[in-house]
Amino acid sequence: MTQSDARSKVRAFLEKFIRDQDFEDGDNVFALGLVNSLMAMQLVLFLEKEFGVKFTNQDLNLKNFRSVDAMVELLGARGIFAAA
Amino acid sequence: MSEPNKNDVMTYQKVGVIGAGVMGTGVAQNLAQRGMRAVLVDVSETVLTKARETIFNSLRVAGMFRRDDAPAADPEQTVGMIEFTTDYTRLADVEFVVENVVEKLAIKTEIYPRLDAICPPECIFAANTSAISITKLGGFTKRPDKVLGMHFMNPVPMKSMVEVIRGHHTSEETLVRGKAFLAQLGKEAVVVNDMPGFVSNRVLMLTVNEAVWLVQDQVASAADVDKIFRSCFGHKMGPLETGDLIGLDTILFSLDELYAAYGDPKFRRCPLLQKMVDAGLHGRKSGEGFYKYSV
Repeated sequence: MTQSDARSKVRAFLEKFIRDQDFEDGDNVFALGLVNSLMAMQLVLFLEKEFGVKFTNQDLNLKNFRSVDAMVELLGARGIFAAA
Repeated sequence: MSEPNKNDVMTYQKVGVIGAGVMGTGVAQNLAQRGMRAVLVDVSETVLTKARETIFNSLRVAGMFRRDDAPAADPEQTVGMIEFTTDYTRLADVEFVVENVVEKLAIKTEIYPRLDAICPPECIFAANTSAISITKLGGFTKRPDKVLGMHFMNPVPMKSMVEVIRGHHTSEETLVRGKAFLAQLGKEAVVVNDMPGFVSNRVLMLTVNEAVWLVQDQVASAADVDKIFRSCFGHKMGPLETGDLIGLDTILFSLDELYAAYGDPKFRRCPLLQKMVDAGLHGRKSGEGFYKYSV
């Protein structure tokens, strides 16, 4: 798994929810109202299942899920990317 | 846990929650988050297992939305405040009951006399129904003065307002105690009188049903119907997204109850709604309704 694979997977998942609107990898999707609290659980469960990680209570902070970039960074911190 | 204040009869410690569907699960979670013990009863072990998992995950994610920097509550500990059981006799010492079973009168008819026989005489029964007459439900018990309606909104832990319904025999004391219970959950009440559908669903169910007719008649796609409500009227969600959130099966049952109660053809179900429910497309909870969801 590379960082770029992860980025595509996260984007593809978000695009299922975010209809008719473009967003950048750095955009705060919660602040923009593109993702709401109802979708948050699905987002977290998707990331855990897809990337085989279990987030700690400390990880579960809005800061870590606010954008595609932030989520990729969190996954990186969980060590899911193979060394290049 | 702190000792109950003996001078304050309004402090609830242990609450029964009947039905572990979307609403019952939300109510049980909300109770636990507010430090009350909950006995969540359902007829199905499978449903209870799923409810536990949903509550656990929801508590994990709830920490993401806390407004302060305080450490999030331990989900394991909070979920430990809830007893998941198929045994109604576990309700023998609860002080308050919130009933959330499926929106079918025949099922509720069986449950109320059962609760009446098991729960303490002072226990209040709140029917979390979206359309069924509270007066009628009260009539299935020997304590109609202690039965009221509490129409919680979904998702329960995040919604701060509840439509409270005064049945014909509901006493003032019950209303006061009901409001105190809601205050303990961090919620306020709007009290309305009893007539099927109350305020919210008498309007909402018709709106959702009519929106389904629009899709069936190919006047507009589901996304466009919703877009008009969101963009033109400033609603947070359109009627079909709302239907998916509530559950299309629940919409169908509620329409049927309203149709039966008023005998008015305006509550007739749209055939497309029936077809979707028959196909298992129940909305967000089943993974697909008018939109697709990942479950």
